This record gives sequence, structure tokens and C-alpha cells, in this order.
Amino acid sequence: MTIAVEFANVSRHFGTVRAVDGVDLTIAEGSFFAMLGPSGSGKTTCLRLISGFEKPTGGQIRIFGEDVSETPPHLRNVNTVFQDYALFPHLNVRDNVAYGLMVKGMGRAARYRKAEEMLALVKLDGYGDRKPAQLSGGQRQRVALARALVNEPRVLLLDEPLGALDLKLREAMQDELKALQHKLGLTFVFVTHDQHEALSMADSLAVFNEGRIAQIGTPQDIYDRPATRFVADFVGSSNVLPPDLTRALGGPAEWASLRPEATRLAPTGPVSGTVIALRYLGSGTRVVIDAGGTEVAALVPAGQPVPAEGATTAIAFEPSALHLMGTT
Amino acid sequence: MRSEASWGLKAAALGGLLFLHLPILLIFLYAFTTEERSYAFPPPGYTTQWFGVAWNRADIWPPLWLSLKVAAIATVMAMILGTLAAAGMARAKFFGRDQISLLILLPIALPGVITGMSLRSAFGIMDIPFSTWTIVLGHATFCIVIVYNNAIARMRRLSGGIMEASADLGANAFQTFRYVLLPNLGSALLAGGMLAFALSFDEVIVTTFTAGQQSTLPIWMLNELVRPRQRPVTNVVAIVVFAATFVPILIAYYLTRGGSETAGMGK
Amino acid sequence: MTARAILPAKGAADHLTGTFWRRPQLLLLLLITPPLLWLGVVYLGSLAALLLQSFYSIDEFSGVVKEEFTLKTYAELFRAQNLDIIIRTVVMATAVTLACAILAFPIAYYAARYAKGPWKAAFYLGVMLPLWSSYLVKVYAWKLILAKEGILGWAAEGTGTGFIITGILSIPGMEGSSLSTSPFGTFLVFVYIWLPYMILPMQAALERVPNSMLEASADLGATRSQTFRTVILPLALPGVIAGSIFTFSLTLGDYIIPQIVGDSSRFIGLTVYQLQGTAGNTPLAAAFAVVPILIMLVYLALAKRAGAFDAL
Repeated sequence: MTIAVEFANVSRHFGTVRAVDGVDLTIAEGSFFAMLGPSGSGKTTCLRLISGFEKPTGGQIRIFGEDVSETPPHLRNVNTVFQDYALFPHLNVRDNVAYGLMVKGMGRAARYRKAEEMLALVKLDGYGDRKPAQLSGGQRQRVALARALVNEPRVLLLDEPLGALDLKLREAMQDELKALQHKLGLTFVFVTHDQHEALSMADSLAVFNEGRIAQIGTPQDIYDRPATRFVADFVGSSNVLPPDLTRALGGPAEWASLRPEATRLAPTGPVSGTVIALRYLGSGTRVVIDAGGTEVAALVPAGQPVPAEGATTAIAFEPSALHLMGTT
Repeated sequence: MRSEASWGLKAAALGGLLFLHLPILLIFLYAFTTEERSYAFPPPGYTTQWFGVAWNRADIWPPLWLSLKVAAIATVMAMILGTLAAAGMARAKFFGRDQISLLILLPIALPGVITGMSLRSAFGIMDIPFSTWTIVLGHATFCIVIVYNNAIARMRRLSGGIMEASADLGANAFQTFRYVLLPNLGSALLAGGMLAFALSFDEVIVTTFTAGQQSTLPIWMLNELVRPRQRPVTNVVAIVVFAATFVPILIAYYLTRGGSETAGMGK
Repeated sequence: MTARAILPAKGAADHLTGTFWRRPQLLLLLLITPPLLWLGVVYLGSLAALLLQSFYSIDEFSGVVKEEFTLKTYAELFRAQNLDIIIRTVVMATAVTLACAILAFPIAYYAARYAKGPWKAAFYLGVMLPLWSSYLVKVYAWKLILAKEGILGWAAEGTGTGFIITGILSIPGMEGSSLSTSPFGTFLVFVYIWLPYMILPMQAALERVPNSMLEASADLGATRSQTFRTVILPLALPGVIAGSIFTFSLTLGDYIIPQIVGDSSRFIGLTVYQLQGTAGNTPLAAAFAVVPILIMLVYLALAKRAGAFDAL
């Protein structure tokens, strides 16, 4: 396995603000890597460290083994799809896409041919003469993608590329991006604050919190076995159980996570309380009970009886479903 | 609130606009009067002879050329210095940024008589003789802010991402300047240049202190106002000065439509 | 045969770009140095020369400037006739600023809140053109208007309202043979010339008042005049102050208008001009020029505190 991007103890401090603080990570070539975290967690700064728009205040970044601490952005064979797309307003779509080839000195005919190929790839054939202002949000997003891909970068960076799109378009683009990445075999580094997006698209992901990586692994790892309370809270709809409750359930006095899908309702059981909220999700109903001050959610599959709000019920589960996360 | 303006407000607003514009029309009218010794209204008769008279007056041409020369040189200098300042100031926050922006604004925020008197003191202390360049020095100084205001307003409006996008796609700093910054900034710079030209061409307050015995067109006009000779000829020259400022302003307006650059104060 | 992840630097442009990237302060320095040097040397240098001159004095017998430090010249400012000039100028600048604010408000308010589409553009252009177009031509226009035989006199005679002009001219302090030789004429022309400088920042400030805020005020039961007093006026104030910086400062220093229209009573600008020119008393001229600087510095400090610079 070739390592595409490697961070070795990388920090980026702005004065006293530690935007990125001692991050270690490796991104395998050809993988779809997601950086997930709330805003201000350092994920976008990490992306900008790879593209070169930020310089680390400590540590080393290597791209395909080469140390890039002295390499300005324009000499890094890495391209970015920006959050607001950053299309050049004065150029038409074709010239936008051909820009990278133009500044590298490729002739007009050749670069236009490649630009048209790339526009076809993102299903925008025939849009070459339009100005960015004449395009919809989704179309601009595709132009930004084509403009980056035409340069055949070794790594493609995507900064919340779907954030500005509506839900339906976003889901369609998720599938398309994933298919495109498979087809090209390119390394994608994808920044998002949407856990569903990260889990459904990435081969592996890093969860960021306050400038550090809270957990790194496959979507399964992170969903099933969150390493910290933060990850459990942020990534899943998991229940986070305090140490005393875990002990009452027969475990050690540690924080634990419990996925609602792994639970069922029972007349009696170790976790019981009043139903305080019901949320119909289509595939089932999420039932939240107040178990002595801790809110615990269970998922009742569609078709099964749902208790009324205010009723008393208990939640049962297999002991193996309880995932321990340590004492802090 | 947005419904409909009251009758009184409408009248006051429209009246205010008329107040700003009607006086200028009189300049045109009096260029055609047959009465050359007073400003009698209505003019006793109309003639176009004054345009010919003005054309043949040898004392008008040298000031006109001097004004054009000064305005052209001052505009070019202000465009270079103003653009550099805007590019530097738009980039980042740094220590002393507020002080620098105050320094750029000062030559127009303080009355022109101060700039003029200061320059004159400096020329006196350093024994610099008056020349075209002493006039240019003063004009370029107060024109910098005009170009600066236009350029920085446009830079703020530009999505900062496009400069990064250009570098990301492999362009070096000079390519980014040529292919991205300049095309997006060009019209704002041109507008700034137009306004600077208009301002310089008709400047009189600073110029009287820095011109010595030389005469720009506004100084020529000022002398005519204080000691009138053929009054309608002055009106003809006034029309020329007005046109030389009016046209660049209109161009500047059309270049920056949609933005708010030209509303940025000047003068 | 995949491309390298790091491209080699080709040529000076790539190397220089790399240098700028590694040292962003270097690029900033390169950009900012020429204009700073210019403004620092030419402008601040001249202001320093002005200050220096103001501490010299003139030998009363020979008329030669003595290049020795003294406060004598500043002391001269406090002579009754010179104090008169300063007070007259400040009073005029204040009156002009107030009149501009009052006249500008309806125009700015209408343009900001009611004018739409082409009307909005017309208003904007209608204010911008007089602001930028030739200063001297505009002053000249008023000499034509205010002259005894001019259009105003003709209109007053035709409508039988000549008594208004006569009335103004008989007010103590406003006397003159016609409006063009009366201090009232000077005031009128000042107001006319500087009015656009008040309208634009005022309009900018009013445009920043969100409609929702006005609706909220109306919802809470405020009458139109209450909304105006408690919401619009305070929000427009920074714009008024920003505009007043210009109207006040420009009036303080102007010496053309009082020279062409008015009773040739002296203002600071005119005094500076005459002292350095015909009288050859450069030190006193310099000291006089320092007065508006001091007044404006105080004014700017007050304006800054009121948040006026955001409206510029």
C-alpha cells in the first residue's frame, strides 16, 4: 500500500488558538478518506495544510513520501474543490476547466479538448460557453470538480463540497462522487460535518475534535466502537451511558455506548423509565425513555407496537451490544 | 414602511436633486449670451461667437495642455501607488494597518489648503523650484486614495477563494495576477483612474500653492473669476472643464455599476 | 507513469512565488512600501515642514523669516483680529454642516428607502455627478445666479418677492449690495458645494437599516414619528457624522468660495493663502494652517468614537 498523505505530529497554531494540535494520520493511495468534525474542530485547516494554503507550525506533512514544508501550493500536484466552488467569474465554463492546463502552458486546442472530455465526465457537455453565474448550484459544483480533475492530481481535496446543495441533490451527488472515485482510482480527501455523509461515502475517516483526532478508522469501527464520548455523541445516534448506569447493567464503572438499533422494548428490565419522546422515522420509531435522569433511546422497527408517551417501559439488549469507552 | 413615500418627502427629495443640478445649466446658457460685461438674466441676445473667440485666445491653450499633462501623470502615479496599497491592505491584518489607512485617507480628509500650504513649506525649505512636477506631486498624493478606495472595495467584493483556486490549479503569483486578479480588478482600477483624472484636472486649491507662476486651466479660470475680462469666454472654458470631469465620471459609474466603489468618498 | 506529486519549480516566477509563500510578510512589504514611502515622504514630510515653519517667525522690519524656534507666531493667532477669523470660520463650518445635514436627509432617505430600479440609479448618479464634477465651475455658476442682475434677482422681481432678498440683506451680519456680496451668499454656496458629501454617507448608513427593524418598531406600536426618532435617526447618525467630516473640514479650509462670493471677510483658508502669498508671512500662514488640523483631529477622534468610519 502506498501512502498518499502523511501527517507526523502536525500542528497549526494561530497565536493561542490551536486549530490543529499534534495530528498524526496516514491516507492510503486510492482511498476515500473523510475528515469529520464540528465546525472549528480543525478538519478544514488540515485540508488547507495539504493544499498548502496553511503552513504547519510544527510537525511534517508528506505527500507521496515527499516532504512539502517548502513547497508552495502551485507546485503541489493536489487539487481542491472549494466549499464555495471559487469559480472564476470572468471566465466561461470551458476556460474555468482549462485554467490549470493553460497556466501549465498547454496549447488552446489540446486544453479545450481535455476540458470538454472532463465536462462530459461530470455530465455537463454543452455548457462550455456559459458563465458561472448562469449555472445552478449543482452545476457549479460539477464545474469545480471538472476543473480540479482535469489536472490529473495525485490527491483530490474536497472541502464540504455538498454543503450548499439541497438534500435530494446532495444524495445523488454522494453516489456520483463515490462512483467517480472508484472509476478514477484517485485518492479523495473529503471534509464534512455531516456524519451520515462521512459514514456512507468514506473507506476510512478521522473524527476531529478541538484540533485533535478523536478517532480514526473505518466507518464500522467508528459507528460500532466509538473510542470516546465525543465520538459516540457526534457520530451516531448512540446512547451514551454514564458509569453508574453501566455498572447497574452489570458492567464495569465506565462510560459506555449503546446503539438504539441493538435494543428492544421489554415489560421489565434493568433500564426502565417513562417514555418522554417519540419520533417516527419511517423505518421505525425512536422511543426515548427517562431512565433515572439519563435519556436512553430504543428503536422499535416498523410494524411493532409503540408505547404511548408517558407510559412506563424497559429497554433490553444483549450484553455484547454495550461498548465500553473508559472512565473519562 | 416601504409602502409609499409621503408627498412632502418626495417633493423635498426631488427639490434637493434639482437644487444640485439646475445651477450648472446656467453655465451653458451664459456661454451663448451677447452681454459680456454683466450676468444679466435673461440674456439680451444669443450668439455662438464666444466658442470661436475662446478657440483663438492664445492664453487658454498652454493652461489646457498643462492641466492635461498634470492630470495624466498624476493619474498614472496614483493608479500604481493606490493599487499597490490596496493589494497590501486587502491581504492581511497586520500591526499598524489602521494607521496606514488613516494616512492614505488624510490627504482628502484634511482641507486642501493644508496639503497645499504644507507642500509649499516643504518646497521652500528644500529650495525646490516650482515646475510641472511640483504640481504633480500634490495631485498624485490626494489621488492615491481615490484609486485605493475603488480597488479595495472591489477586492473585498471578490471572493477571496478565486486567488487560492488559481494557485491550487498550478498558477504562480504572476499568472494569478495576470489571469485572475487583473481581469476582475481592471474595471475598478479604470474607474478609479477616471475619477482621479477628473479630480486632478479641475483641482485648484492645492494647485495654487504648488504651481508658482504656472497656470493650469482651473487657475486660469480662477483669475478670470476674480478679474473678469470676456465673461462668456470663461463660460466656454467652464464647459470644457465640466466636460473633462463629467465624461470620466460617467465612465467610472458605468464601470463600477452594481458595486459601491464610487460611493466611497473622494475629493 | 503517474505524474509526480510535487512539481519542480521552473524559472524565476515559480521560485519567487515560493519565496512569497514562505515569507508572506515579504510580499506585503513589497506592496506597501512604495505607497507608504510616497505618503510618508511627500505628505507627512510636508506636514512636518509646515509644523517647522509655524515655529519660525518673521522679522517685523525686514520681513525676512527668522529660522529660530519660537512660539511668538502661535501667540499672534490669539490677537483679536485673528481669533475673529478662526471663530468666523468655525461658525460658518458648523452652520454649513447643519444645513447640509437637514437638506441631505430627505434626499438620502428617499433614495435609500423608496427609490427602486432606474430611479435608484438616477438618484445615485444625480448625487455623484455634482460631487465629482468641477468645483470651480459650480462656484462660478453661483456667481451667475447670485449676481444682482442675475437669475435670482430677475425671478424675485418677476414674482414680486424681491422683499425676501432685501430682507435677508438687511439682517445684521448679512449685509451686502446683492446676495453675491453678502455672507449669506457665501453660506449658500458652501452648502451647495458640499451637500453631496453629506448625502452619500447618509444614504449608505440608511441603507444598512434593515426593513425588518422598521417593521418591528411599527409592530411594537410605534408611530411613524416615533420610529423615525428612536430607530432611523440613531441608525443614520454614523452616516451624518461621516458626512459632516467632509462638510466641516472642507469648509474650514476653503478659500476660493469666500474669495468669489461674499463680502471678502476673511476665513482661515483665505488668510493662509493671503499670508503666504502677498504678505509673505509664511510662518503665520503655517500656524494658521495648523488650526484646522487641530480642529479636525479632535473632530475625527470624536467621529471615530461614534463609529462613523464604518459608514465611509
